[in-house]
This record gives sequence, C-alpha cells and structure tokens, in this order.
Amino acid sequence: MSESSQDAKCEIAFTVNGQLATVRAYAMERLLDVLRHELGLTGTKEGCGEGECGSCSVLMDGSLVNSCLIPVLQASGANIVTIEGLACDGHLGVLQQTFLEYGGAQCGICTPGMILAAVHLLRKKPCPTLEEIREGLSGNLCRCTGYMQIIEAVAEAGRRGAAT
Amino acid sequence: MRARPSDYELVIPHTLPAVLSLLGQEPGVWLPIAGGTDVMVQYAAGKLGRRKLVSIWNLPELRRIEVFAAEIQIGAGCTYTDLSEHEVVNREFTLLSRAARWTGGIANQNRGTIGGNIVNASPAADSLPALLVYEAELLLVSSRGERRVPYTGFHIDYRKTQIAPDELIRAICLKRRFSEYYAHARKVGARNAQAIAKVCLAALGRLADGVVEDIRLAMGSVAPVPLRLTGTERIVKGNRIDSWLVQLARTTATAEVQPIDDIRSSARYRAAVAGNLVAEYLEQLERSSN
Ligand SMILES: Cc1cc2nc3c(=O)[nH]c(=O)nc-3n(C[C@H](O)[C@H](O)[C@H](O)COP(=O)(O)OP(=O)(O)OC[C@H]3O[C@@H](n4cnc5c(N)ncnc54)[C@H](O)[C@@H]3O)c2cc1C
Ligand code: FES
Ligand code: FES
Repeated sequence: MSESSQDAKCEIAFTVNGQLATVRAYAMERLLDVLRHELGLTGTKEGCGEGECGSCSVLMDGSLVNSCLIPVLQASGANIVTIEGLACDGHLGVLQQTFLEYGGAQCGICTPGMILAAVHLLRKKPCPTLEEIREGLSGNLCRCTGYMQIIEAVAEAGRRGAAT
Repeated sequence: MRARPSDYELVIPHTLPAVLSLLGQEPGVWLPIAGGTDVMVQYAAGKLGRRKLVSIWNLPELRRIEVFAAEIQIGAGCTYTDLSEHEVVNREFTLLSRAARWTGGIANQNRGTIGGNIVNASPAADSLPALLVYEAELLLVSSRGERRVPYTGFHIDYRKTQIAPDELIRAICLKRRFSEYYAHARKVGARNAQAIAKVCLAALGRLADGVVEDIRLAMGSVAPVPLRLTGTERIVKGNRIDSWLVQLARTTATAEVQPIDDIRSSARYRAAVAGNLVAEYLEQLERSSN
C-alpha cells in the first residue's frame, strides 16, 4: 500500500459493510466522496460538508464519524459501515423499520446519518432515555420532521432490542 | 472555493519519532492533522494554507491517559469521547469532562482531540478555560527533545501560540489536587451541542471557614485568547461572599474582559454575561458550604 500522494493517487484498502474495498484516490479526498463516487454507496449524503449536519455520518471502526471530515487515507485499514450495510438480505434493520413506522423520515436526506447515529447510541446504551437520545443525535440535523418522530422511532427500536 | 484534493499531500508515518523527524526536516512545511475537525473544515472552504499534511490521528504515543499519584497526563491525541469516558477525568476534572460533552455532536467528540483544540487556539474553544483553571502544563515534543511549559501564557495572541513549527503537543498534565474544590462550568450559546459559545466559564473555588481560600476563573469568547480573570480573582480571594462582594466581582469581571462584536454576539452583551456568570458562580460557591 502506497501512503503518499505527491501528484498521484494512491491505493487505499479498507472494509466497507463487511467487504474489502480497494480504491485509487488522492490521499486528501474526503471519505464521503470516495464512498459515493468510487464505490457507488450513495446512501451516505452530503448536507453541509463541514461537520455541522451529520448527514454524512458513517461508522468507522465502530465509532460514529462525519465522513465529510475524513481524508480517505486516514480510513485505510478501517472497518466502515454505511447505511447500505444495515439492511440484511433485503430485510430492514430494526431502526429502519421503526423509522418507517413512526414517520422518522420525510425527505430522507438526514435519515442515513440519523440511523447510524442511533445504531452507535444503542450499542452504548441499549435502552436510552429521551434525554440520551437527544444527546446521541444532537449532531444530526433534520429540516423536515421536527425530531419528535425520530426520537420516538429510536426509543421504540431500543424497546425492541435493536442493540442485540 | 472548494479545495482540489490533487493539490494536497497527506502522509501517515505511524510512529511519533517518524512524524517528528518529518516536522524537523522541513519546519513549518508540514501541517499535523489529528481528528481533522478544524483542518478539514478549513480545507473544505479552500482556506487551508499548507499543502503538505502529516496525520497524527490515533498515534498510540498520543492517545493514552496516564494516571500518576500526583498528576494525570492526557495524550494530546485523546478525543473528547476518550476524556468523557475516562474514570479519573470524570471524577477529578469535571470541568474538562463537561466541556468534552459540550463540544459538538457525538461524531465530533469521536474525532476532535484536546491537542487540536489547544493548537487551533480559538478564543471560543470549550476545553481551554478548564485547562487554565487547572493550571495545566504541556509536554511539547520535537526531534530536538521534550520541554514542559505552563499552559498559562501558551496563547500569545489571537490564534498565536508558543508552539514551534517542528513541535507537537505530546500530553497535557493536570495536578490531582482539585477534588476538594467546588467546580462549575457554564456555556452560554444559542444551544449547547454544536453551537460555538457566546461566552463560556470554567470556575474552581474553595472556602475555609466561610472565607474564599482559593478561586480560579477563566472564560472563553471574551478576549483574543482564552482568559483567566486574575483581577476578579484577587478581589474575591481572602474574603467572605456577601452581596457586596458579588456585586464588586460582577463589575470587575465586566471590566476585565475584552470581548468583541461578531456574528454570534455583541461585546456589551458578552461583558454583561461575563459579570453575571461570575456572580452566579460566587452565589453557588457560597451556598455550597451550607
Ligand atoms: C461541527 C463542529 C462543531 C464544533 N464544536 C466545537 C465546540 O462546541 N467547542 C469547541 O471548542 N470546538 C468545537 N469544534 C472545533 C473542533 O472540533 C475542536 O477544536 C477539536 O478539538 C479539534 O481537534 P482535531 O483533532 O479535530 O484538530 P485538527 O483539525 O486535526 O487540528 C487542528 C489544529 O491543531 C493542530 N494539532 C492537532 N493536534 C496537535 C498536536 N498534538 N500537536 C500540535 N498541533 C496539533 C493541527 O496542526 C491544526 O493546526 C467544532 C468543530 C466542528 C466541525
Ligand atoms: S455533510 Fe458532513 S456533517 Fe454535514
Ligand atoms: S427527513 Fe428531511 S431532513 Fe430529515
């Protein structure tokens, strides 16, 4: 693996949704762009491009991060999960199901990031209080729902044991 | 205008000595990038001056918290999440763990580092007033060796620090002698998470027989650098807290800060808030002894 990019792309390998991916990219390309454009994983959205909105959130080595702020070289060797990695054989994950039932998604731009933030939260706190849900999702902005439906969807997913 | 990735270089040397030797060979050429939560924002806006970056993210030498009998040494590469989940930090340095939980959303706390907060040197940064009142010391390391400097005075002017171009912060040292103090932190902003503070306060104080034996007050967003309110501290120290002292401290603090007008707030509002926060703290400190 080459780790320098003077006037040149380098080869970067990481795991995405359980599969090994190797891309040729400039070291300073944003992980967000590589996921969307090189790997076709367009579920990860770009809102602000500066860390404020959370619509580009993914899990990197189990940790919630904003992929618009990650130079792709820093992701080499990492284990990345995007929204595409949550559904299994065409079946929705518990959070995806509760978002659907509770009206947690309208236009859908914030939804992938919200759901990954919620996955991250439920792994740390399987049955979060409303306050903990608010804190866990505070880096994810939504212009449509007014948040209540999202918070209820996450609380319900906790009750259904989404974390297990 | 957005930056073009092909114009930039980024390397990951993987060990601290390798990073330091690179910084030492061409001082001022390479920009360290840790969690990137400040650097990548500047990059996205096309405002990143330097074209060569060296990653220090997740360097093991920078990402550990060492607990000794008399002090703890927090690696500069520790994230806000590392801080807020650490038992000793949570128990003995509540001002720091509180600030860590205020710094942006969870994704930001998983990437943003304490070292990045210090060197980025925003006067609004949330953890810096806490480091001032704890009278932190910094371990600065370069290929020339290591030096230990007081954090007080590290910020020379707006976004200027004492760090040399070939140096990194390795660790932040905090003396373990504040568990008897009454600690208080407040952030006044549009909202807590994410929002950059209009004014934030970190305060430590201790009473003995009703008299203020020690008091430390520091604020963000009220001066070109994070500010310790030494003048106000002098007025308060050695006295009993009564309404007269509270009022005097309020006016002293209001005069001592040097805030500016900006998009988030006005100088007059900030000065008034600074005075109110000090008054509020003294009243709480007084009540804490009853
Ligand atoms: C959405 C969002 C919200 C935010 N909210 C807050 C907030 O509420 N409060 C707040 O205080 N900040 C906030 N920030 C700012 C930022 O997250 C912090 O300043 C963070 O601590 C920076 O750390 P980093 O590791 O990401 O720094 P980087 O971006 O990697 O680096 C910042 C600077 O520090 C230098 N540097 C980093 N580590 C070292 C080291 N060990 N030695 C020498 N130099 C070093 C780099 O060269 C660079 O100049 C926010 C940022 C975003 C994007
Ligand atoms: S697009 Fe990354 S946080 Fe908004
Ligand atoms: S559903 Fe539209 S932004 Fe959240």
